[in-house]
Amino acid sequence: MTAATDLRSQQAYVAAQAADARVNVELDTGDMTLNIGPQHPATHGTLRIACQLDGEQVISAEPLMGYMHRGYEKLCEVRTFPQCTTLINRIDWLGSFANEVPFILAAEQLMGIEAPPRAQWIRTILFELSRIANVSLFLGDMGVQVGALTPVFFAFRDRERVLNQIEAVTGGRFHPNFDRIGGLKDDLPRGWIDETHAVMAKMRGFCDEMEDLLMGNEIFQTRCRSVGVIPGEVALDFGLSGANLRASGVDWDLRRDANPGLAWDEVDWRVWTHPDGDSFARYWVRLQETREATKIVDQLLDSIPAGPIMAKVPRIIKVPAGEAYVSTENPLGEMGYYVVSKGGLEPFRVKIRTPSFSNISVVPWVMRGTYVPDIITILGSLYFILGDIDR
Amino acid sequence: MAEETDDAQSDDAAAPGDEAREALAAELTELLGDAVVETHIEAGQNLWLRIELEHWKTSLAALREHGFVYFGFLSAIDWSDAPEGRYEDTEFDAAGAGEDDDATSATAAETVRRGGGETRFQLLAQLHAPARHAAVLIKADLPDTDGIPATVQSIVDVFAGADWHEREAHEMFGIVFDGHPNLEHIYLPTEFEGHPLRKDFPLLARAVKPWPGVVDIEEIPPELEAQLEAEVMAEFEASGAGA
Repeated sequence: MTAATDLRSQQAYVAAQAADARVNVELDTGDMTLNIGPQHPATHGTLRIACQLDGEQVISAEPLMGYMHRGYEKLCEVRTFPQCTTLINRIDWLGSFANEVPFILAAEQLMGIEAPPRAQWIRTILFELSRIANVSLFLGDMGVQVGALTPVFFAFRDRERVLNQIEAVTGGRFHPNFDRIGGLKDDLPRGWIDETHAVMAKMRGFCDEMEDLLMGNEIFQTRCRSVGVIPGEVALDFGLSGANLRASGVDWDLRRDANPGLAWDEVDWRVWTHPDGDSFARYWVRLQETREATKIVDQLLDSIPAGPIMAKVPRIIKVPAGEAYVSTENPLGEMGYYVVSKGGLEPFRVKIRTPSFSNISVVPWVMRGTYVPDIITILGSLYFILGDIDR
Repeated sequence: MAEETDDAQSDDAAAPGDEAREALAAELTELLGDAVVETHIEAGQNLWLRIELEHWKTSLAALREHGFVYFGFLSAIDWSDAPEGRYEDTEFDAAGAGEDDDATSATAAETVRRGGGETRFQLLAQLHAPARHAAVLIKADLPDTDGIPATVQSIVDVFAGADWHEREAHEMFGIVFDGHPNLEHIYLPTEFEGHPLRKDFPLLARAVKPWPGVVDIEEIPPELEAQLEAEVMAEFEASGAGA
């Protein structure tokens, strides 16, 4: 009997102590390190983010990259100009054709060649198609980042249609390697224009679907609205480009503001901006841009000029000495090539200004003070391709 | 036919752009004063501005105040010739090298370099002024002693985005940016030695294995070259005429 009372009083004492501890002892939650990646589904590759947490709150987040650094700038120096495009295809692998264009334009500037109008038109069409293929995947994938699995299957289904169109022209789904100094490798196949019109109509349907399914969704809005707000000045300061910049209210699009000679001037389209600068704004802008891109493609398809697709170019391409910088508004933002030639077969130096590198450099700034679930939302909404960061 | 329309278009596009660039060059020279060494305008392309290294940071800050608020990129160029990342003993490089040497000697350094300069290393940055739809490429000569480039003032507190770009230039070229908060490797492992984008850093993959791309650019006999040229030309004209 005494033993049982002892046990009971002992238990009561322990329980009282524990309750006391719960009330009076402040739990120390600081200095926890959360390591996201390098292998993590949300990082689309091998980006690693080292976060310092205080409870649920992020104190600092530092992206660590280089797990896929391939040294393209160095490798370009030992390849001839036409051979470089094979590498350049693999920088932003979801919008490969768009990667080739600024490099080819830079080489053309140095050589003083201009591609014939038909080639410029087809270049612009393929450029916009790769934008649609690239960004449509984002439109679905953003759902996955915040916990909605369905949209990404829609995105894969509809992106395939665009890839089929790209494949029909270039022979490659992901790495077309189709742009040539002075023009294009081939002309469009028969019946392609009508097919592409149909695909563009489907893609507009996909955008509507995403708008209904995801953008109007209350949970999606709650997860994305006012999460990861980047003001316009900060975006400019960090060199953000593309939809990330326009979602911060900066009206800047290289297709309109610094057109390097492609056919964007010839069609009627507009640049979409959003004043909020949050994850939702970035999604919204990309959705509008995809829809706008389908309209650009439709208009261009109807107005392709006839004529040759290749300017007269020597068989062995030697690029005259000089320097040129050409950048275009790629699916991810401003992609530019600073090409230095000393008059040989190979470029002397190629500096590749990739959009994702600058876009992700804002991460330490924007992550500070956010909460753990928002890390993935913000990363997803900034939309990067790892090959585009690491080169 | 196609060529005519091309020319007409490019003339129309180039003329106003170049006038604006000239005006901008004059304006920026006045703004930056003695810091500007040279300006260069390539017709229809870009504006280059070469500035003194000691005024690097102050000039960029002044440009930022002047509306060039959008940071493009920052990098460097190693202008040294030897061994240029190529390996003379391979068939491919030997074939290319001979011709290249003529080209290089024929075009003196100043015609290659936009904005001039003689040092081995040059800093390179680009800024946009979104409000006025203008962009400028900025260069600075970076003198070196025995291959170690001079220290540069970091511009991280002018443009926050320069942080990673400076880290990259640091690991790739060995340029030290004074005042950078965290000048560590960004892509390469911490213990990596050497600066890969310098021209004297060997590309080992090329040295140990012959490059299969050689076949792509084999020399074509002159008579065949002429014949192919004629064919290409005929095809070109045929397609143009068919239009």
